[in-house]
Amino acid sequence: MTDEPPKMDRRRFCGQSVWGLCLAGIGGLSGYLLGRTRQPETRWQIDPTKCIACGNCATYCVLEPSAVKCVQAYKICAYCDFCPGFLEPGARLDTGAENELCPTGAITRHFVEEPYFEYNILDELCIGCGKCVKGCEAFGNASLFLQVHHDRCVNCNECAIAAACPSDAFVRVPVDRPYLLKGVEEHA
Amino acid sequence: MSRGVLAIAVLAVLVPCTVTWAIERFPPPDFESGYEMPPTQAPDARPGVWQYLDVAVLLAALSVAAWLVHRLRSRRGVFLLMLFCLAYFGFWRKGCVCPIGAIGNIAWAAGDPNYVVPIAAVLFFALPLVFALFFGRVFCAAVCPFGAIQDLVLVRPIMIPTWLEAALRLGAYVYLSAAVLLAFTGSMLLICRYDPFVPIFRLGGSFNIFVLGAAFLVVGLFIGRPYCRFLCPYGVILRALSRLSRHRVTITPDECIRCRLCEDSCPFGAIEPPTAEWSEADYKVDKRRLALLLLAAPVLVGVLAWGGAALAGPLSRTHRQVRLADEVFLFDAGKITEITDPIKAFRRTGRLTEDLYAEARAIQNEFRWGGALAGGFVGLVAAGSLVGLSIRWRRNDYTAHAGGCLACARCFAYCPRHHVHKGHAAPAHAIAPDRFILANAQGAAPEGTRP
Repeated sequence: MTDEPPKMDRRRFCGQSVWGLCLAGIGGLSGYLLGRTRQPETRWQIDPTKCIACGNCATYCVLEPSAVKCVQAYKICAYCDFCPGFLEPGARLDTGAENELCPTGAITRHFVEEPYFEYNILDELCIGCGKCVKGCEAFGNASLFLQVHHDRCVNCNECAIAAACPSDAFVRVPVDRPYLLKGVEEHA
Repeated sequence: MSRGVLAIAVLAVLVPCTVTWAIERFPPPDFESGYEMPPTQAPDARPGVWQYLDVAVLLAALSVAAWLVHRLRSRRGVFLLMLFCLAYFGFWRKGCVCPIGAIGNIAWAAGDPNYVVPIAAVLFFALPLVFALFFGRVFCAAVCPFGAIQDLVLVRPIMIPTWLEAALRLGAYVYLSAAVLLAFTGSMLLICRYDPFVPIFRLGGSFNIFVLGAAFLVVGLFIGRPYCRFLCPYGVILRALSRLSRHRVTITPDECIRCRLCEDSCPFGAIEPPTAEWSEADYKVDKRRLALLLLAAPVLVGVLAWGGAALAGPLSRTHRQVRLADEVFLFDAGKITEITDPIKAFRRTGRLTEDLYAEARAIQNEFRWGGALAGGFVGLVAAGSLVGLSIRWRRNDYTAHAGGCLACARCFAYCPRHHVHKGHAAPAHAIAPDRFILANAQGAAPEGTRP
């Protein structure tokens, strides 16, 4: 047993060196990454200039219904009498369900003054399918567009819709400005 | 004739305008009735400071877990803490952010200098590792919500032979290297996308993944924590660091009396019995086998590295740009006739096809050497575990494997010394086989135990 202790010491020394290296490695890596993270935390958002309203937002979100909903940029909206985001093309001009584009009836129409009508989105009904967005973009001012609603979004590490987005429209935005709203910057 | 020219001229002017017309086709009205526009809906996000609460809860839970396992040695305490963490990190925070998925964030950040890693993700990744260096896998024991949900369903554990366990564990190393490769190249966060328990925590999400999680739980009725042991990529890192930990989990609070009572107490197969003496002949055979394995190890590493590089093609399809380049190529070559949404969106950006192809080729290159590295790593681990299995370690006592032990504290109550130490009378099952304990304590059994 007399020749055992030095051998054990060397082993212990190696073990402790590896231990120290591991600790320093973890510390160094996190220190480096934390030093790099000067920007605030991020959230997922849809860049409306890239979005093609393909409809994936309604089906790929881990939430049911989706955290993506349509929003209305009132400053861009033309307040059309015949709203191409509200009514089927060529439909009769009334609020009958058979004329409406929205599958859940989430758009409401209110008379403002002759000949203007205000269109609002009911968040609790909207499923983010983007049908109205497509219509408004094709024939109107494109004031309807899709945004991730952050009261619902759980901020998945890998957003399931982002993974399925055909146009790369999902971007990470800083948490203090979590919306990319059309027409707000330009008209404010 | 002139009318035709005029029509073409008008079209030539109009067609480029369609893009700019997408906004403000009609002027916004001037209201006379004093109508005020409502603001655009933009519900507030959960403020960023909340992530520090998550980190604080993690740190507190890890500290309490280390105290419960090493000082108090209380399974009940560990179990209650586990329930709390399942509720908080699992059902309240919906399983996101978690250290397992944070591997992806770290690797993504390593590959993409513009990517902002959330501070919470860095700390969630680092804290359990630091704790593992000091106290072993206390994170697995009581803090991880994935471990907790599997721990809860474990009713009738089955023992798995050591060789099978080592073979199945390779799955975790494959998963880890694939996840790191895919995140490093900016393709996807594999661990997060196929996270089996998140749909259960959220009570929603992909049905296929939900079924996967349910399958893990059904298997988990009989095989303790199958995800943790055979798939968890974070567990693999914790396992390695836990082998170096300062304070190891010990079954007995003071000395092992080799009573064998704890032998079957570990549902995760992490308790190693004392080893038998072996003969000179056995020793020679083992030596030869070890030499052979050491010679074969470089071959194994080489073959798997080559295999990893060969998988670069299919693996790189997980990257969005490679997929898009593929589609655009097939469309331009006339192999697919219907224009798809990604192609439409790509055309709208006005990027050159050549640029896209060049980018896709660069990504595929990255996958080639990355795949080789990942394959080599798996080969190294496989060779290492073969060597580890063929070495006859010498142990005199029943010990918890420093890497495999999940610090769940189940075995403590099986040890008679635990009850002596705690000062309460040993439970009936620990006292009853009195002679048996004595016999074993004197080294009569298990066979070959060194006295």
